[in-house]
Amino acid sequence: MTTATAGAAGLYGVIAEYDTPEQVLVAAEAARKAGYTRMDAYTPHPVEGLDDALGLAPTNLGFVVLAMGLFGAAAGYFLQWYSATVFYPLNIGGRPLHDWPTYVVITFEVTVLLAAFTAGLVMLARNGLPRPYHPVFNTPGFERATRDGYYLCIEAADPRFDEGDVRGFLEGTAPVAVHRVAR
Amino acid sequence: MAVVTGVPPVVETNRVIAPGQTAGMLDDVVNTPVLVGPQRTPTWWWIGFGITLSLLGLYLVSIVHLITTGVGIFGNNQPVSWAMPIINFVWWIGIGHAGTLISAALLLFRQPWRTSINRFAEAMTIFAVVCAGLYPILHIGRPWVFYWLMPYPNTHGMFPNFRSALTWDVFAISTYATVSLLFWFIGLIPDLATLRDSAKSRFQKLLYGALALGWNGSAKAWQRYMRAYLLLAALSFPLVLSVHSTIALDFAISQVPGWNNTVMPPYFVAGAVFAGFAMVLLLAIPLRRAFGFEHLITLRHLDNAAKLMLATGMIVVYGYVVELFYAWYSGVEFEKFMAYNRVLGADHWWAFWALIACNLLAIQPLWFRRVRQTPWALFLISIFVSIGMWLERFVIVVVSLTKDFLPSSWGNYVPTFWDWALFVGSFGLFGTLFLLFLRLLPAIATTEMKELAHHDAHHGPDAYESIREAYYRGEVRA
Repeated sequence: MTTATAGAAGLYGVIAEYDTPEQVLVAAEAARKAGYTRMDAYTPHPVEGLDDALGLAPTNLGFVVLAMGLFGAAAGYFLQWYSATVFYPLNIGGRPLHDWPTYVVITFEVTVLLAAFTAGLVMLARNGLPRPYHPVFNTPGFERATRDGYYLCIEAADPRFDEGDVRGFLEGTAPVAVHRVAR
Repeated sequence: MAVVTGVPPVVETNRVIAPGQTAGMLDDVVNTPVLVGPQRTPTWWWIGFGITLSLLGLYLVSIVHLITTGVGIFGNNQPVSWAMPIINFVWWIGIGHAGTLISAALLLFRQPWRTSINRFAEAMTIFAVVCAGLYPILHIGRPWVFYWLMPYPNTHGMFPNFRSALTWDVFAISTYATVSLLFWFIGLIPDLATLRDSAKSRFQKLLYGALALGWNGSAKAWQRYMRAYLLLAALSFPLVLSVHSTIALDFAISQVPGWNNTVMPPYFVAGAVFAGFAMVLLLAIPLRRAFGFEHLITLRHLDNAAKLMLATGMIVVYGYVVELFYAWYSGVEFEKFMAYNRVLGADHWWAFWALIACNLLAIQPLWFRRVRQTPWALFLISIFVSIGMWLERFVIVVVSLTKDFLPSSWGNYVPTFWDWALFVGSFGLFGTLFLLFLRLLPAIATTEMKELAHHDAHHGPDAYESIREAYYRGEVRA
């Protein structure tokens, strides 16, 4: 890629490569304590405690899913109530039109349907997926990030970013290599 | 050259994962069979694909004949208006439930033995649901207007009857199918990214690159991903219980003797898990052999699956006992006659006793660990269980309907050639989809396996052993 020629303006960040999840965990902790805020780690599998080490806020996905689940329950119930009592009442053996016990199954299914698709699709959307291009893929040998490589990237957008300082800091965390990442 | 390189000699192990696995080794052993060129596709795959494709042909011919001629080609008629299509529907959907249970329930209960079998079990779920869902659609007679089952504003000015368990089924099955597909795909994304990054040909790069959606494994992405995955598991677990309960309600809320029974929902769910684990074993045992996954899908997995099969099988047998007990205890003459006819009736006594042989007797050897850890024995028992669970639905559906209330309305049921063709053909659909899955996607969740291997290395039996030794050498203090 353009790693060698990119100037400071075309710089996305500086990235360090590690061999184990423990190393990236220690490095992320150190970077947070050093005052860096705009950074992210890239790992082949979820690493427990990495979000705390990076100082990431907890995700509020659960509340979104709960809200949509409740909406689904209301919508599912409303659909049946409206159709069975208002729009298309069916007299079946004189039973009450608004017979809620028979609405339970569909209400539950619609709840699960909306909650599940909210969980899946909102997660993708908040992660910015699908996204064909991301600057971090400019890192040389970044194929390791989905195999057995663990990366910590301090981004140029960080208010305390200075390429020399960041490189020096990352080299002090015992990485395998440190790369510039072109935008 | 050998297709797979860098694989340690295969050793059978009683652990969840053989010791000493690294992330790179896992990727190689799981992804290499997917990424090799078409000319290196193994011979067994082509043979299997040929067989399943032929059966799929039979399936398609049956469907064409059904659509052009009508449901009269089936053996069902009054009084047995529900027969093979509903038996096969319940049988297939039951099989699917084990996949969801493995991936959702075992995740929630933090069972590490879920990890290497969840991906292909979820694939099995989806393909089984496809096979199942097609039966009611084909059985309605005019499959091209199946969307009338859904509530939507239409020019007929009509809405479905929401008090009908069959309408509940429409919602339960369609929710189950779509949520299972979503759960499976979300789980696959990191593995697809791994494939994208090790793809060789342009076709593979485009295919896996597009499917991976640009996943880069950032910590923030993983945080949201893990939360979403956990939520999906927490939603799928009650969903899977609701789906088979709903199917059981199709029977239980009717008045037919032998169907009107409150034990139906839990007993159907147990039966579904029972049949599903049998199918998981039927797929896992050849699969681990064909791909050399013995160190990933270990004897521990087979053992645990067999234990669950035994436990759910005994719940199912309890269901048979309760059905017969209530037939007597209810004091209703029709119920009593149903029980007599089921067990000793002239037409179908053989079905009941064959089912007892398959579902009660054949699983008893599973009490012994030696049997649970002998793949060929498990394979054989799983075949019996699959047949037994099919017979169970036959006994419930057909035998109950042949002789219900009025002797003048009694009748018999004989399946036709096309009943069997559509059933045998559905194996072609399932097998074709499953073989394509094995060829194009990793059969084992590599990302989760890496986590497991890492955990095993640091917290598994070896790690404790080395800490203990270090303690006795005086290097570590308690």
